[in-house]
Amino acid sequence: MSTTIREAVVRYGFVAVTVLLVAYFLISEPNFRTSSNLWGLLVYAAPVGIAGLGVTIAMTVGGLDLSVGSTAGFAVSLAAWTMVIGNQVGGVAIVVVLIAGGVIGLINAALIVWARIPDLLATLTTMFAIMGLKLVLVDGKSISSRMTLDDGSTAPGRFTDGFLYLAQGKIGPVPFPAILLIVISVLVWFLLERTRWGRLLYAVGANPEASRLAGVRVGLYRSAAYVAAGVLASVAGLLLAARIGQGDVSAGNSLLLDAVAVALVGTSVLGRNVPNAWGTVLGALLVTVMVVGFSMKGLPYYVQDVAKGAVLLVALLFSYTLSTRRATLPGQPT
Amino acid sequence: MSSPVSTPRTEAATVSVRGVGKSFGPNVVLRGVDLEITGGEVVALLGANGAGKSTLIKILAGAHPDHTGEILVDGEPVRLASPTSARALGIATVHQRVREGIVPGLSVAENLAFDELAGGGASWALRRREVLEVARRAVEVLDLGWSDAVLRRDVATLGISDAQLLVVARTLLQRPKLLILDEPTSALSSAEADRLFGVVRQLRADGLAVLLVSHRLGEVDAIADRAVVLRDGRVTADVPKPLSWEVILPAMLGAGAEGLRATVLEHDEPTAGTATVPGEAVVSLRGVRLFAESPELGLELRAGEVTGIVGLIGAGKSELAHGLFGSARWPAGTAEFADSATAPRSPGEAIRRGVYLVPEDRADQALLPGWSIQRTLSLPFITKVASSLGVLDQGAERDRATTVIEKLGIVARGPRTELNELSGGNQQKVVVGRWLVEDARLLLLDEPFRGVDLGARRDIGEQVRAVADAGGAVVVLSADVDEVLEIADRVLVLVEGALTLDSPVTQVSRDDVVRAFSGEVAQ
Repeated sequence: MSTTIREAVVRYGFVAVTVLLVAYFLISEPNFRTSSNLWGLLVYAAPVGIAGLGVTIAMTVGGLDLSVGSTAGFAVSLAAWTMVIGNQVGGVAIVVVLIAGGVIGLINAALIVWARIPDLLATLTTMFAIMGLKLVLVDGKSISSRMTLDDGSTAPGRFTDGFLYLAQGKIGPVPFPAILLIVISVLVWFLLERTRWGRLLYAVGANPEASRLAGVRVGLYRSAAYVAAGVLASVAGLLLAARIGQGDVSAGNSLLLDAVAVALVGTSVLGRNVPNAWGTVLGALLVTVMVVGFSMKGLPYYVQDVAKGAVLLVALLFSYTLSTRRATLPGQPT
Repeated sequence: MSSPVSTPRTEAATVSVRGVGKSFGPNVVLRGVDLEITGGEVVALLGANGAGKSTLIKILAGAHPDHTGEILVDGEPVRLASPTSARALGIATVHQRVREGIVPGLSVAENLAFDELAGGGASWALRRREVLEVARRAVEVLDLGWSDAVLRRDVATLGISDAQLLVVARTLLQRPKLLILDEPTSALSSAEADRLFGVVRQLRADGLAVLLVSHRLGEVDAIADRAVVLRDGRVTADVPKPLSWEVILPAMLGAGAEGLRATVLEHDEPTAGTATVPGEAVVSLRGVRLFAESPELGLELRAGEVTGIVGLIGAGKSELAHGLFGSARWPAGTAEFADSATAPRSPGEAIRRGVYLVPEDRADQALLPGWSIQRTLSLPFITKVASSLGVLDQGAERDRATTVIEKLGIVARGPRTELNELSGGNQQKVVVGRWLVEDARLLLLDEPFRGVDLGARRDIGEQVRAVADAGGAVVVLSADVDEVLEIADRVLVLVEGALTLDSPVTQVSRDDVVRAFSGEVAQ
């Protein structure tokens, strides 16, 4: 009896809380009700959701990627730098940023798989290195279109309209970031749940030695997971850059922990207790509903951080303490 | 609570278990078990996997205080609320996984004195000298004969059998009334097991009560004064010495167990039956050294033949298997296959070439936590259940799983049942069964019967035989002579990386095999 109740809480608790929160805000805040705002929720959730999906993939192989936030921040500055200082069009900036994300993922993979540094420490190291690298690249400054440079001249380039479309474009009534979030989450879900590559990613996370003895190329799959995390983090960075319209040097800071948090929340949301795409998207929506709702209520931003912390704590209690399912979770001995 | 001395039959019993029951949710594991153990007596607790042995032992160790029924120690009803209270009442348990009982990074002496160090009344400021004294006492209790130099060594340098003895010695320092040994020999070779049982006999003479859980009927026969059989959570037989297997086996396995004893226990004489005619060599080992200093091996493994390789821990069994499977390299030499002049370079290549391995340690090397039967089964052949675009075909996956479940008689609700819900024997069937769907050229099984009940052992044995009949070469590697004699066409003995016996099973007796390893150990 008590275990059934516990399982039900673990399984549906988060969905119930999200629904209740949405209902509460819908009733009490008229602004929350407009359709643009509901799409707006998805737009707001897109960067954290996409970066969180990257973390989710890293978690399927039993790892954790702390560097996604700083990779996204680096991507913001790198996109701005390519367009404004390098005077390139948006398409070039996008390609450069995606490649940079992949390279960061490769570096993480090399540290973890080849140099055998534990994932938390390796990605903590790259997190700091990338934050520093970003400041070196932009000289510690935010980069905006046609800004005045140190020598008094005007920067040659600007944020192109094509690039800004990433954040501001619409297809019909649907904003582009919302579409991107939906498409990427469907792709990640399909990869993880329906293809043999996804199955092997989960196998590597569940028991690397058993996977190796079943013929799985463990190092390859672990590397691929970190590369995917790096690329998705840079996609999140592109969305942020296009939303802000400048290379804000502090952009991506909030993603740092949010992306990891929503992936951890996502692990527990549906009670499956394995990292999964829908869980992460739900986690991102829950956090977004809270942040947007609370700011409409006029609560200061630091209250939001307390609330996020509380949600993460509850999620971790669900996954590590209350769930009766055995699972692959970060930090747990295999 | 009833009055402590009301029942006369408990007068002599050290520990009495009365009507003990236990359920996990809807799953009833023990249904009113009665058991008495007296000082100076070794009682064997027998039963197939899932019969409730582990649960009963955990209750006695204080891990399940919420059981029903009653437990008495020296005639007094007691409540075993925690492992600490069980130990305080004189019930000491040595669990199956020895490595979990020792603390790596500490010395042998510190491990022996660990209970005292970790709050057995002494202060944390125990000095080196005092630790050594406690350790010496422990060594004396078991008459281990370890010098101070041994006591100062890192505990990791001990072999598994010494580690096992260390845990027993440490447990005995607490002066228990009842010593529970849970599968104490599952990781030991026959010689190492003999050493442990020498100790157990001595303890029995000193008046200790011993409860022994074991799957190895041979050793039960040799040491137990009485056997209690559990089946489906009930005691189905309580047999004094001389143990009658005609009573015990059906009690363990239910109907249909007649005739098992012959295959399991008796191979005292060469059987001189019809030898199987071996086929072509599937693989030939050329100049292989399993260890840097061991001699070169020459060995052919032939199609249609089950080769049994007997060896102690550290004899090189797993090194041989992993080298053939491409999951480890030999220091020297190579294996020539019929289709290729080299051994596989990776497990992936091995599997594509039809070379399969059931690894020694099920939990660490084969099981994936939270995975279902169907997922576990299809993992090595994932491309066979996926389209060319990589999309998984769940129908094909389920069909594969259903085939294996039927073939091996796996007891499970269905293909999606998670492996951690299955008993050890059924888990092992899955781990073996994953290699039975595709044709095997060479099937290597490293300790396939460890912790597996007789029924499952028979089912697995039949399927392994079928692989050989279909033209595959099969290798069974085990530390248990009886297991190998039961299944093999040809018996090899491996001692420290060298072959000391290679003979058709029809031409050797059990004693020949035992002599092959003991005679060469000193080399």
